[in-house]
Amino acid sequence: MLNVGKIEEGYVLDHIKAGKSMSIYHHLGLDQLDCPVAIIKNCRSGKSGKKDILKVECAVGTLDLDVLAFIDHNITVNVIKNGEIIEKKHLSLPASIKNVIRCTNPRCITSAERGLPQIFYLSDADKGIYRCRYCDEKYVENDSQAWSF
Amino acid sequence: MRHLLTPLDFTTGELDDLFDLAGSIEKDRSAFSHVCSGKKLATCFYEPSTRTRLSFESAMLNLGGSVLGFADAQSSSAAKGETVADTIRVISCFADICAIRHPKEGSARVAAEFSSIPVINAGDGGHHHPTQTLTDLLTIRSLKGRLNDFTIGLCGDLKFGRTVHSLIHAMSRYDNIRFVFISPPELKVPDYITQSLNEKGIPYEEVIKLEDCLERLDLLYMTRVQKERFFNEEDYIRLRSFYILDGEKMKMAKDDMFVLHPLPRVSEIAPEVDNDRRAAYFRQVQYGVYVRMALIMTLLELA
Repeated sequence: MLNVGKIEEGYVLDHIKAGKSMSIYHHLGLDQLDCPVAIIKNCRSGKSGKKDILKVECAVGTLDLDVLAFIDHNITVNVIKNGEIIEKKHLSLPASIKNVIRCTNPRCITSAERGLPQIFYLSDADKGIYRCRYCDEKYVENDSQAWSF
Repeated sequence: MRHLLTPLDFTTGELDDLFDLAGSIEKDRSAFSHVCSGKKLATCFYEPSTRTRLSFESAMLNLGGSVLGFADAQSSSAAKGETVADTIRVISCFADICAIRHPKEGSARVAAEFSSIPVINAGDGGHHHPTQTLTDLLTIRSLKGRLNDFTIGLCGDLKFGRTVHSLIHAMSRYDNIRFVFISPPELKVPDYITQSLNEKGIPYEEVIKLEDCLERLDLLYMTRVQKERFFNEEDYIRLRSFYILDGEKMKMAKDDMFVLHPLPRVSEIAPEVDNDRRAAYFRQVQYGVYVRMALIMTLLELA
């Protein structure tokens, strides 16, 4: 088993679906942060067989957890201070997300108008359906075009 | 400040107020002929739509206001590459209220976000055309005296017809509504709509021919069946007569069943039906002017 040291302050993102950690790394903007990040892939997991874990050493409050909830709300977020877990957050789907995915409907105004933000709203919380704020087009999960910012 | 961007922006209570006002306008138009004196409506039409634009302009002129605007993108700054956001900020300095039609879906919402005057969506691509829905509802309420307890037949292209989709959503908010969808299999109402009706427990049935349901309808909403929507010409020729309303078919309908159509009509309603007192599609155009007058007054807070 691979060992990664404890962090003093920051986040441990646990129960990430195996293989998803790099995508989360990108969408949380961790590549922009000047702080230590450990990406642990394909760990053994009692729940799901395999999982990914991300450890981020940064000031608490730095990460946009809404984005994380949109990507996978089953992820457990452990908030760390002074080397201890001070909070275990269970994520819920955000009411809206901005500039995370883009609308792929070619008839949408966002395809023509410069400078518009890409906003999606949660239209069905039970089914986790998000729609474009402007044209109401449904976001289809894992649509690679929608993620190509 | 309020805008009208989708057919469901107003609650049914607010719609009642709007339709009451439209009813008062219908009864005594002269009483409203100066209420918008000194006010200006901008009609920003990025694609041609003579009927809707003239209806808006007629509505504002009837209220004593004035009108300015453009009738296609080529004669606007859009041809120079100006964004909707910039255009509406400029228009906000020229007018008190704006009706916008634009081929892109969601364009009216963008306009509303950047506008300092009320924005009315006069059609944003295949997305919404809320004033058509308001027109349909006012027509129904005026002809029948109510908006609940109907069996409504919707006939023709139910797959791509946005007026039909909006009307279904809008009528779904009233009690005891039953829908009959009359279309060829290729042009059936989309699954997401029938699914939403199922979730709300609103009854509906789907039939292939007008004859299969005409006698039990309280209202019939006709739309065009376009040849190019069919997979092949044989099917089109085989099916098209099912969706043409003529004098013979009207004999099967109730005496108080009204026929509506968003227009323009092509061949789906035979001219002989025009003289039937149940043909309401030209009265519908007049109600379109009344409801736009009521809407302009409401959004300008002059009601």
